[in-house]
Amino acid sequence: MFKMFSRLLILSSILVSWLPMSAHAVLQIEITEGVEGAFPIAVVPFALEGQDTPPSVIMSSIIAADLGRSGRFKPFAERDLVAQPSQTTDIKYQNWRILGADYLVIGKMRRTGPAAYAIQFQLFDVYKQTQLAGYSIPANQDDLRYVAHQISDIIYETLTGEPGASNTRIAYITLIRGKDNSTKYSLYVADADGYNPQVVLQSAREILSPSWSPDGRYLAYVSFESGSRGESAVYIQEVATGKRQEIAKYPGHNGAPSWSPDGTSLALVISRIKQTDRSNYDIYTYDLRSRALKRITSDPGIDTYPIWSPDKKYLLFTSDRSGRPQIYRQDLKGGRAERLTFAGAENDRAVISPDGRKVAMVNNSGSGYQIGVLDMETRHFQVLTDGTLDESPSFAPNGSMIIYATTYNDRQVLSAVSTDGRVKQRIPSDEGSVREPAWSPFVKK
Amino acid sequence: MKLIRLAAALAIPVFLIVGCGATPEEQTEAAPEPVVEEKPMDMAPTPMAVESAPVRQVDRLDEGLLAQRTIYFDFDKYNIKEEFREVIAAHAEYLANNPSAKVTIEGHCDERGTREYNIGLGERRASAVQQMLTLQGASSRQINTVSYGEERPNALGHDEEAWSRNRRGEIIYTSR
Repeated sequence: MFKMFSRLLILSSILVSWLPMSAHAVLQIEITEGVEGAFPIAVVPFALEGQDTPPSVIMSSIIAADLGRSGRFKPFAERDLVAQPSQTTDIKYQNWRILGADYLVIGKMRRTGPAAYAIQFQLFDVYKQTQLAGYSIPANQDDLRYVAHQISDIIYETLTGEPGASNTRIAYITLIRGKDNSTKYSLYVADADGYNPQVVLQSAREILSPSWSPDGRYLAYVSFESGSRGESAVYIQEVATGKRQEIAKYPGHNGAPSWSPDGTSLALVISRIKQTDRSNYDIYTYDLRSRALKRITSDPGIDTYPIWSPDKKYLLFTSDRSGRPQIYRQDLKGGRAERLTFAGAENDRAVISPDGRKVAMVNNSGSGYQIGVLDMETRHFQVLTDGTLDESPSFAPNGSMIIYATTYNDRQVLSAVSTDGRVKQRIPSDEGSVREPAWSPFVKK
Repeated sequence: MKLIRLAAALAIPVFLIVGCGATPEEQTEAAPEPVVEEKPMDMAPTPMAVESAPVRQVDRLDEGLLAQRTIYFDFDKYNIKEEFREVIAAHAEYLANNPSAKVTIEGHCDERGTREYNIGLGERRASAVQQMLTLQGASSRQINTVSYGEERPNALGHDEEAWSRNRRGEIIYTSR
């Protein structure tokens, strides 16, 4: 009887789902600290042409929120806008100068079918009284948010010279603990503004360490769904279809997967190849085409969180070979690993900025755990955050922001900080604990 | 210290006579004094009774040191503290005497430090327990280790009180 019961328990606990489905949990992003000298910009509500019912998506609000979240812009509230022009000839530049706007965005939405629109927008320099950008974009009803993010990125890039990251996604993991101490883990993918969350995987057991493939189509992650009490394995899963593949399920721990910049390999941690091996956490690479596994480190210390340099020449990883965890760099051609970090007692879980110039990590300098960033050229180290249990940093694909997990009001939530530490955002969620954020690369759609 | 241990050893037979209904709390609080001071000779025959039928209903694993299955560790440490050696020795003896018995040692950490690093640290704790068990007679074939790092806390708080309860190794019998 007991056996049958426990078998039932096992069955129910491994019932994991990986079909994309929509859910209610929406992350709300609040800017808690902004930049002095952010560009004041007015985004006028887009004029609606040829439609009886207004669309559910308000383009101007999404664009203003995207620009505000970047920390580089200070959008005006809609109620403060002095006028609502929708074409060039209606613009009275002087009024916008008095308001204090440096830039002005206007637009139109014209219905071209039952669920189809033509979106037009223009960006103006208020002082020079010139148009800086103007596009017309056809869109389906379902793509309106996506088009709004595209417009935000065009504005961002036109005015800052760097690509915007609004039209990207974040993966993260939530944990909801039931009153009976049951656990529900969900791996989500949401738009960079927290909207449109989709469940990628759900399980009663731990899900950890999501990592995006460089084309933004796949996630690698660790799931403890197998075994009677939970054993780790590394999987890769296509986000759009839910199709997945088991990559590593050796008898010990299988963890910390990280995609190579060309998408052909994973770096990961394996603690034992054979059941009888002595447990030793080392870094391996796994070639996704040939399925060849190659051992990279073999130090008795704990080696974990490998991450590739953008040129694919090095792996950075955490090791406690010198006592406490520190970041090391291993040339993939061989040789001894070089220790990179010396600030504070511990440095762990490094991530590399897309241009390879900065390394963010979890730093412990004696007052808990914060996110720090190391400039690879000057070797200058800066602590960016002020929590006590901050962890799991991940760079935006344009390198402007770092998203990470922190604790707020005794709950684990996500936060974001600009790479220079000046802009701070908090991303509360309606329930449970949110952790392990991973910002997607630029998504090609 | 020795006296207490002697008292505890003598207390177990008393507990068995009293019956299975007594809880371990009653045993530890009430037993030692009377056993040491009142005619201990009367207790001598009782160990024989241990071998007889009614006692078999009591699983040795649910009593005394063997009922203790959690080993606690200091922050960022994986050495077995003095106070837990006796517990591990009892399990090692049980495993040596019961070759078909099997255990999984789970290693756990507090929430400080990164998740995957803590899985490594939890593994060290589990391995330390494993090593001590095998040094004292258990076979390595009887022992498996697994680490959950900080993922399965005993206490959900964010202070030293909770953390000290979460830094642990757990001995799980998968076969008795």
